[in-house]
Amino acid sequence: MTDGILRRYPLGRSGSEVRTPGGLALEELSLDDARVTRDELRATPETLRLQAEVAEAAGRPALGANLRRAAELADVPHDVVLDLYTALRPRRATAAELEAWAVRLEQRGAVCTAAFVREAAEVYAARGLLA
Amino acid sequence: MPERSERFAARAGRELRREVLIEPLAELGLVAFDGPNDPVPSLVLEGDHVVELDGRREEDWDVLDHFVARNGIDPAAAREAASLEDGEIARRLVDVDCARAELVRLSRGLSPARLARIVTMLDPVELMFALKKLRARHAPANQAHVTNLKENPALLAADAAEAAARGFAELETTVGVSRYAPLNALAILVGAQTGRPGVMTQCAVEERLNLRLAIQGLVTYAETLSVYGTEAVFVDGDDTPWSKALLASAYASRGVKVRFTSGGGSEALMGESEGKSLLYLEARCLAVVRAAGSQGVQNGSISCVALALALPGGTREVLAENVLAAWLDLEVASGNDAIASHSEIRKTAKLMGQFLPGTDFVTSGYSSMPRYDNMFGGGNYDSHDLDEWLTLQRDWQVDAGIEPLAEEDAVTVRERAARAVQVVFEELGFPPVTDEEVALAATCLDSRDLPDRDRAADVLAGDRVLAEGISGLDVARALERRGLRDVAEAVFTMQRQRVAADYLQTAAVIDADGTVVSAVNAPNDYRGPGTGYRLEGARWERLRRLPHAVDARLLGAPPPSEPLLRAVGEARALDAPDDVVIAVGPAFAGALGETINGLAHGVVLAAIVDGVQDGGAVPRVVRVRRSADVAFIGHDGARLAGSRVAVGIQSKGTALIHRADLQPLDNLELFGMAPLLTLESYRQIGLNAAGYALGRAVSPVPTLLDNYARAKLIVRTTLLHAREAAEVVRGAPAVEVAPVEISAAV
Repeated sequence: MTDGILRRYPLGRSGSEVRTPGGLALEELSLDDARVTRDELRATPETLRLQAEVAEAAGRPALGANLRRAAELADVPHDVVLDLYTALRPRRATAAELEAWAVRLEQRGAVCTAAFVREAAEVYAARGLLA
Repeated sequence: MPERSERFAARAGRELRREVLIEPLAELGLVAFDGPNDPVPSLVLEGDHVVELDGRREEDWDVLDHFVARNGIDPAAAREAASLEDGEIARRLVDVDCARAELVRLSRGLSPARLARIVTMLDPVELMFALKKLRARHAPANQAHVTNLKENPALLAADAAEAAARGFAELETTVGVSRYAPLNALAILVGAQTGRPGVMTQCAVEERLNLRLAIQGLVTYAETLSVYGTEAVFVDGDDTPWSKALLASAYASRGVKVRFTSGGGSEALMGESEGKSLLYLEARCLAVVRAAGSQGVQNGSISCVALALALPGGTREVLAENVLAAWLDLEVASGNDAIASHSEIRKTAKLMGQFLPGTDFVTSGYSSMPRYDNMFGGGNYDSHDLDEWLTLQRDWQVDAGIEPLAEEDAVTVRERAARAVQVVFEELGFPPVTDEEVALAATCLDSRDLPDRDRAADVLAGDRVLAEGISGLDVARALERRGLRDVAEAVFTMQRQRVAADYLQTAAVIDADGTVVSAVNAPNDYRGPGTGYRLEGARWERLRRLPHAVDARLLGAPPPSEPLLRAVGEARALDAPDDVVIAVGPAFAGALGETINGLAHGVVLAAIVDGVQDGGAVPRVVRVRRSADVAFIGHDGARLAGSRVAVGIQSKGTALIHRADLQPLDNLELFGMAPLLTLESYRQIGLNAAGYALGRAVSPVPTLLDNYARAKLIVRTTLLHAREAAEVVRGAPAVEVAPVEISAAV
C-alpha cells in the first residue's frame, strides 16, 4: 500500500485518476473547453488526502498531518478559513469560542483540524493566549 | 600615540570597515552558538508523553515547547537517540555510509538544544559535507527576486522571463504599494511562463491578500510564514505556532506550496532573545516548522545575516542553521539574499558554504535585476554579478542553479514577455502598456530608463483583478485570443497543476514539460563519491559554455600576410667588436606576425635595429631555431656576436639583452613584461645593447610592472608560446636572416 501510493506520484502524470471538483480528468482540461472554470482548477479534498498519504509514505508524518488538515479545509469557504486563522492568533478567542470552532469543524467532518484547535485552546489557556 | 601607519589607514578605508564587528554579548542574545544561557539538552518521556524538554518541565513550557512536544517528537526515535552520545550522532552526519533517512528519523528524537549542540560539533567543511548529504532534493536549484521601483508590469514580465530562461525554478516579487499586488503577480506569472514553462511564482504580501491571489491562480507558492524562536517575539508577531500551522494548511488547501521563514538574529533584533544563542533559537524555530508540517523553510539568518556576521563564528552559525533545516528533512532556501557584507571577498566566502554543497535553493532570492530595483532589501548578488556567478559554477564544476544566456536570447525573451503582458493588459481593459515600454523593458538597465506610468490607473486595475476575480485562467485565455499560444498553454498548465497539487510535496519544482520533481520522486541519494547529483554530461556542458568564453583556436596573433625575413644561410660567429646580434625566436615574423600586445614583428625589429644603430653598433639579425626559450635565444645570439652581446626576442615580444660569458639563464637586462613594451622600449633595448657592446656605462631601460598581466594574458601567452615551440627544430643551427622589407618606422 505504502509503495503503491509512492509509485503513483506525481499524481498528475498522464492517465492519472485525479479529477477536478466537477469530475473532469486532467486530460480533459483544455483552454477552449467552457466547462473549465477557475473553480474547476483546484485540488479536491480526495486529492489532498492522497497527497497526505504520499507524504506519510515518504516518511513525513507532520507534512501528512498538515495536508490532512488542508484536505478538510479545501471545501471550507475562504472567509471562514480566514476567520478560523484569526481566531487562532494570540488573544483573539475565548476558550468557549475555540471550542465552538472545534465543534463546527467536527460537524463538517474536519476532525484533524478540530483536534488541532482543541490542542491550541489547551495550551493558550496555560500560556495566557486566550482572549 | 605613535604616528599613524599609512597601511592601517588604507585598510580602514576599505569597504569591509563599514561594518561593525563585536565580541559576543550573551545577555542580549548576541552570541552565535554555545550561549552561556542556552539550556542543557534534555528530553524526558513518560510512556510516549514528553514531560521535559531542554531542562523545562511541562508546567514551565512556553508555547513553542508545547507545540514541539505535542507535534514534533517521535517517542521511538527519542528513546533510540537517548542511547547515543552527541559525538556519535555528529559523526553519523558526516558518515557517507549512514543514510539520510536514518538521520532524519533520529532527528525526530532530539530536542532543539540537542540538535543545536550536535551541529555545533561540526567544523565548516563538515557542515558543508553534511549539507550536501542532507539536502532534500536530488539536484540543487535557485530562486530569483523580480521587482522594480516603478512597479512597471512590462519590466516585471521581462525580468521574470529572463530569470526563468536562466534556469531559476522559483521567482518572487513583492510590492511597494499593496494595491499593486494583483498586477505584479500577474506580470511575473506571464513573464515566467514566457521564459520557461513550469517556473513557480509568488508575491510576498499580507496573508489574506496572498491567499486571494493564490485562489485566483496568480501565484503558486508562498514563503511569508515567519516563525521566531521565543514566545515573546512569536506573539509580538501576532501569531502562535498553531495559527501559523493552520495558515500553512489553509494555503495547502488552496494549492499553494508553502515555505516557512526563520533565521538567526531576529529575536535579538527584536530585543526578546532571552539571552539565548542564535543557533539554539533557530533550532527551536526549525522544530516548530517541522512540527507544523511545513515542507520547507528559508533560513540561514535571512534578513539578519549582517547581525550574525558581526559575531565570531557568524558565517559558520548561518551554515549550521541550513544544515539543521536539511537534517529535519525540510526543503531549504538558504539565504544569500539580503546583503551580507560590503566586502565582496567576505560576502562570497560566506556564499561558498551553500554554493559548494548545493541546497534546494542556493539563494532565497538572487536579484535578477540591478540592486537599485530590488524591493526586498536584497541584492546580495544581482544582475551585474551574473557572469561571476556563472564563472564560479564553471570553476568549481558546481550547479548553483543559474544557466548562461546569450545576449540576443535574453533580449528576445524579454521583449516577448513584455509584449505578452501588453496584450493581456489590452484584453482585460487595463491601462495600456506602450510599445516604448515594451522596447525599453527588453533592453534597459533599470526602471529609471522607463517612462512613468499612471499609477492611479494601475492600482484601479489591480483592484479590478480582485473585485472581478480575474484569474490565471482568464490570463491564459487572453493570451490565447491574441495568438500567444505557447505562453497561454504554459500559464494554463500552471493552473492544471493545482488539480493534482503534486508540488505540495517536499522541495518540489516543476520541469519545463510540467513534471513535478520533488524529494518524493527525485530524492537526494548521495552516498559518497560517484553517487548523488553531480554536474556532468549535458548539464555540465550547458553550464560551462559561457557567452564570454572564447575558442582557444581563434586566439593568438595571426602570421604576417607576407614573409618579412628570408634566411641567407647558417649564422656565423663574427669577430667585429661592434657586431650586435638581434636573435629572434623560431616563429618570429614567420608562423607568428605580432607580439602579445599587437605590435607587428616587422616594426618591432625595425625599432631594435634603429636602437642598435643609434648606439653606434652594427645590427645583425639571426633566427634561433633550436629553442623557443628567450634565455637560449639570446645566449645563442650573444655567442655569435662579435661584441659578444645580443638582444634576444621571442615572438610574443618578451626580450632580453645577453652576453656570451654569462650563464644562459642569467642576462644583462630582462624585459618579461611583453604586454607593456612599446616600440620606444624596443628601440631603447637596441640602444642599450649597443652600449654594452661598445663598453659604455649603461642605464637599464626603465620597465613597468603590471601584476595583473599574467592573469589577463596567460591564456594568450600559452597559445603564442605553443606556436613558437611548434616551430622549434631540435639541434638546428641558427640562420642569418635578412629583411625582405623593414619599414623604417618607430
